[in-house]
This record gives sequence, structure tokens and C-alpha cells, in this order.
Amino acid sequence: MTNEIEIKKVKPAKRKRNASLDKRKARAGWIFVLPFVIGFILIYIPMLYDSISSSMIFSDKNPQTGIMEKTFVGWQAYAEAFTATSKGGTDFLEILITGVTDMILDIPMILLFSLFMAVLLNQKMAGRAVFRAIFFVPVILSTGIMNTMGSQSIDAYMSSSSGIDDGSGQDAATQIVSALDVQELFSGMAIGDGMLTYVADIINRIYDIVNRSGVQMLIFLAGLQSISPAIYESVQIDGATSWETFWKITFPMISPMILVNAVYTVIDAFTTDSRVMQYIRDIKAGDLVGKHPTTIATAMSWIYFLVVIGILGLVAAIFSAYVFYQRKN
Amino acid sequence: MNSEKIMEQPKVRKESKNKIKVDFERTPLKERLKAKFLSMFFLKKLVWWIVRYVLLVGVAYIVLFPFISKIAASFMEMYDLADSSVKLIPKNFTVEIYRELWLKQDYVKAFMNTLGLSLTTAVIQMFICSLIAYGFAKFKFKGNKLLFALVILTMIIPHRTIQQALLARFKGFDIFGIFGFLEGGGIKILGFEFNNEALSSINVFPDSWKMFTSDGINLLNTLWPFILLSLAGLAFKNGLYIFLLRQFFMGVPDELEESAYIDGSGVFRTFFTIILPISIPMMITVFLFAFSWQWTDDFYTGGAMFFVDKFEAPYLLINFIEEDIPKSLVDKNFKGQEAYNGVVRNTAGLMVIAPLVVMYLFCQKYLVQGIERSGLTAD
Repeated sequence: MTNEIEIKKVKPAKRKRNASLDKRKARAGWIFVLPFVIGFILIYIPMLYDSISSSMIFSDKNPQTGIMEKTFVGWQAYAEAFTATSKGGTDFLEILITGVTDMILDIPMILLFSLFMAVLLNQKMAGRAVFRAIFFVPVILSTGIMNTMGSQSIDAYMSSSSGIDDGSGQDAATQIVSALDVQELFSGMAIGDGMLTYVADIINRIYDIVNRSGVQMLIFLAGLQSISPAIYESVQIDGATSWETFWKITFPMISPMILVNAVYTVIDAFTTDSRVMQYIRDIKAGDLVGKHPTTIATAMSWIYFLVVIGILGLVAAIFSAYVFYQRKN
Repeated sequence: MNSEKIMEQPKVRKESKNKIKVDFERTPLKERLKAKFLSMFFLKKLVWWIVRYVLLVGVAYIVLFPFISKIAASFMEMYDLADSSVKLIPKNFTVEIYRELWLKQDYVKAFMNTLGLSLTTAVIQMFICSLIAYGFAKFKFKGNKLLFALVILTMIIPHRTIQQALLARFKGFDIFGIFGFLEGGGIKILGFEFNNEALSSINVFPDSWKMFTSDGINLLNTLWPFILLSLAGLAFKNGLYIFLLRQFFMGVPDELEESAYIDGSGVFRTFFTIILPISIPMMITVFLFAFSWQWTDDFYTGGAMFFVDKFEAPYLLINFIEEDIPKSLVDKNFKGQEAYNGVVRNTAGLMVIAPLVVMYLFCQKYLVQGIERSGLTAD
């Protein structure tokens, strides 16, 4: 064999650096959340910066020149915010504390009510679609379209002849059950005054509560829908009662949504139409004993958000201890 | 004894060519009804049935009552309002208000504009939020928890509070002053100001473009603020959607994806072909929220925000409510005109909300699908 065999020196293929599965998955994770990261850096952070920096600047009219002059004052506005008082005589701290206690009482009520309604709406029955459509209405209303529609003028005109109600629905609700009846009913039982006023309070504000649980109801409904019917079938075969099924299957499976709703309820109660936000808005409009209402109002909202964040952390910590995810780790 | 009865020949009552009537030995009707309706099982069911409907109808009444009066008033004639004997049922039934509103304002155009805006934002938000949520739920990477905390932060701070900053952002939209810098504006970094005189003399962009001035691009009165905010998952209550979808994805068993990976499917393909189809109820829910909140929104589309000039910008349904009252519905001698104006505005509001309820009726049947078809089981 004289044939020469030319041996081509094969360049060893450049070893592809295979990242580990974990690393590749981490990279994929970044790609998924990238839209938020970019948006947060480009849009949100500058906005936050603007807002915070505006809470540190007092603008005063120079008495000599009449020109607005800006002075950087650092944290002074925050210090002043704590002791600020509106012209009506309400302290910021006072309203902050009552706002927080109100909210803490509201959360369990809204959560229980919306979960209960969602379970009801999830059952097979005649007219389910219609009921679901009706319970969707509060979701539409949560942007405050009722205020835009402005039914106050009818109210003013009609209050004498009472032809049309004021549209707030408060009358409608209290016509069915009045808190007094309930108070009478419960006063025989020794459940204590605190509990009694709590229950009576719920009934008085039933319209408010129904309207504030629309979003939560829909979230629970979607959560209930995503529980596999096969699980229910198997526990039924094993002979579980519906009570057991609820606590052993439905409740753990819906618990991630309970966390969402708890967090959302806190945020909604704090930011949408809360007394504190109204107070801050009034301050911003000039209802303040002292100078620089806009700056102080901005400082107040930042203090308020910090409080909300603190409470949110607490709520999330409590609830997430009981959340069950259907996965191994 | 029992078996004997069964073995007994059935009594033939009447026999014809192709029909036969037979008497069977049967428990009497009374006994059968007793067994059916007097059992504990039936009683329990009945009580539950009654309780359920009483509750649902009661709460539905609370939700709907304000609407009942509004709907009733919308069909009333002007002078019915002054008549104290007229309550919820109009004396003179008329659709005049609807007709006048329809004729005076371009309902169809406003409807199409609103539909376009809401559909665009809702679809983008639904898609982007599920992407982001999936990233948070199923991948462990550095800063995952911190980033998610930032998502919650965007939820806490309402846009109403940072309204000025938000408006300023899109009035002169700019990315770190780059657009402005190119057009010859100054750029300020950490207090140092860089003026760019060289570029300003060259004029990077021809005058005819005039897309942006040295202050950045003015995006007001366009759809861009909505699209940009939606693309970044920063639009109205997007934090809630991300949180909601993340919780849902975290509940999806990992085996589902693992089996797809083993079969050679990539991360994105797994997401689109395995995960998205099983999350239809959640996606529909997010879509419903985003759509209906955009539809009824008057904060972002209002005069103080992105749509400064509502006639120049897309004319939306929500602008309907604040329109002037059609002249044919005004009677200067009528004392209750103010209240009647309120009724007209309410009717306009009803015309805004009505399409949403129809859409929900359509969407709610998709809320029931999802996992039932996916073959996901408890393991």
C-alpha cells in the first residue's frame, strides 16, 4: 500500500461552552422578565426620582424679586409632615393610624366574602352566567365611573319627592337589613361589644364591601376554575364529604390566590379611596397650617407608602406561610 | 318472597297489534314520592338551594339597585321626573334620550376608537404580564426576589400620585436624554451638564422630521404612552396581573415542563405550547380586567393626562359623559332641568358600560375551560 493517505489535520472543534442547565434557565428567566426590567429602568426610576426630589425642594416666592426660588431642604419636609395639621385640625399621624386600623378590620371581611361568593358562583346552577355577569359589574365600577356619571344632581333634585334614589345603593342595602335589627338579634348572645359593633358595621357598609370585592371575586373564580376536576373526582371516590373537600382540596389549591387577594386588598384599601389619600389630596390643594403644601403632601405620600409597604410585608409574610404550591420543591 | 314477586308474570292489560300495556308490580306513587322528597339528602339539597339563591339574589340586588333606577330613569320622559307618583316605572316610556345621544354624538366612531385602544392595551398587557410572571414563577436567577418586590412597589404607588412625573415623562419622551442630545440639547449627568454644540450645528435629523425637539418627543395625544407602559408592564394595575399570573404559574407542577424539556422543547416553545393553553382562565381574567379598566378609564385619557385635547386625540366613549346635553333635550322653562341633565349623563354612562357587560357574557364561558382539557392531574 503505497497510496499516501493525506491526513488532514482536523482542527478540533472549538468546544462549545455549554452552560449548566441552571445557568441556562437563569438566563431564560432574565429574558422573560426583561420587558419589566427595561421599562422600570427607563420609565419608572426617573419618575420616582422626580417625585422624591420634588419632596425635598421648597419653592418660595422671593419677596424682593417676586420670582419663585427653589431651595433644597433635604428631609425637612418629612419631619414637618409628621407634625402637620390640616386647617380642619386633623393631624396627619392621627389619620394615618385610624386609616391603618380600618383597613386591618376590612381585609378578612373582604377576603371571606369574595371567597364565599366565588365558591357559590362556581357551582353548577340555573342562571350562573347571569349571576356572574352581575357580579362583574363592581369590577367595571372600580375605576370610579360612577363619579364621572355624577348622579348627585338627581339626588339633590329628587330628595324631596324621592322619585329616584341617589344611585349609591346605600339605601337599597340598608332597606333589607338594618344594623339595628342585627344588633338586637345579637345582643342576647354574650359575644361582646367589640364583635357586635364589628358585625353591625359590616352590615351598614355592605354595599361598600360588595363593591370592593369584585376584583377579588373574579380572581378567586379563575383560581377555582384552574383546579383539576380529576382531584375532586378522586376524593369523591375516596368518600370525602364536601366539608372535607373544601378544607383539604379547595382551600390549599386556592391559597396562592388568597395571597394575591390579601395583597391586592391591602393596596386597594390604602390607595384607591382611603381617608389618608383624601387627606393628602386636601393638603396638596392647600388645606395646611403652614407653608409649602405641595412638597409636604408629596413627603406625606412617601411616608404613607412606606407604611403600606411595611404592612404589606407583614401580611405577605403571614399568608405565605400557609400557601401551598402544587410542586415538589 | 321478594324474588317470587319479580318472577311473577306481568299482568297484560291490553294488547293490540303493535302495542302492549302491562301492569307491573310497583311501589305506590305515595311511597315513591315519600322516598324521594322526605329524605335527608333531598332536604339538605333544598335548603342549600334556597340559601344559595337568597344570597345570590340579595347581593345581586345590592349591586344592581343603583343601575335599576338609572335604567328606569333613562327611559323616562322629561316631565316624569317632576311627577312624584313616578318611581321606578316610567309613565311615558320613551327612548328619546338614547336616540338623541346616538344622533348627536358619533357613537360608532367613539366605540371603535375605544375598542381599538382597549383591545391593544389589554392584549399587550395580557401577553407581557404572563411573560414576566412566568419568568418570576419558574426560573431561579439572581435578583428574582428583589425584582419581584419592585413589581409590588409599582402596584403600591398609584399613578395618580406621580401624575406630574408621568405626564412630564411622556410630554418629552426621552431615554436618558439621548434623543435630546442628538438634536442639540444639553445632557445632564450627575449635575454635570454636557452641551453638544457640534451636533446642534450639524442637525442630525432633517427639519422636515421634527419628530422630536431638544426636549425629547412629545407623545401626548398619541397611543404611545399606553403602548409603552403596557409593553413594560407598568400600566394601570399591571403589578396585580403579574402577581396573579405568577401565583398561578407557581402552582403548575414542574413535571409538566420537565417532560417537555426532555422531549427536546425549548423554554419558549414550552411556554407557548404547554403553559399558555392551560392558563386560559387566568389569561381571560387578566384580559377582562385590563380591557374593562381601559374602557372606563378617565384618568389617563382625561384632559389632565395623555389625551390633552380630546377632540384631536381619539375621541373615546368616556368623553360621552362629559359632553354637552343635546339641545333637543333642554327645556328652559322646566324646573327639573338640572336633574334631567343628570339623567342624560347617566344614560350616556349606561351606553358606555353596556358593551362591557355583553363582552363579559361572551368571555365568561371561557372562564370554565382551561385545566379540564389539559390532562393535568394531581400526582
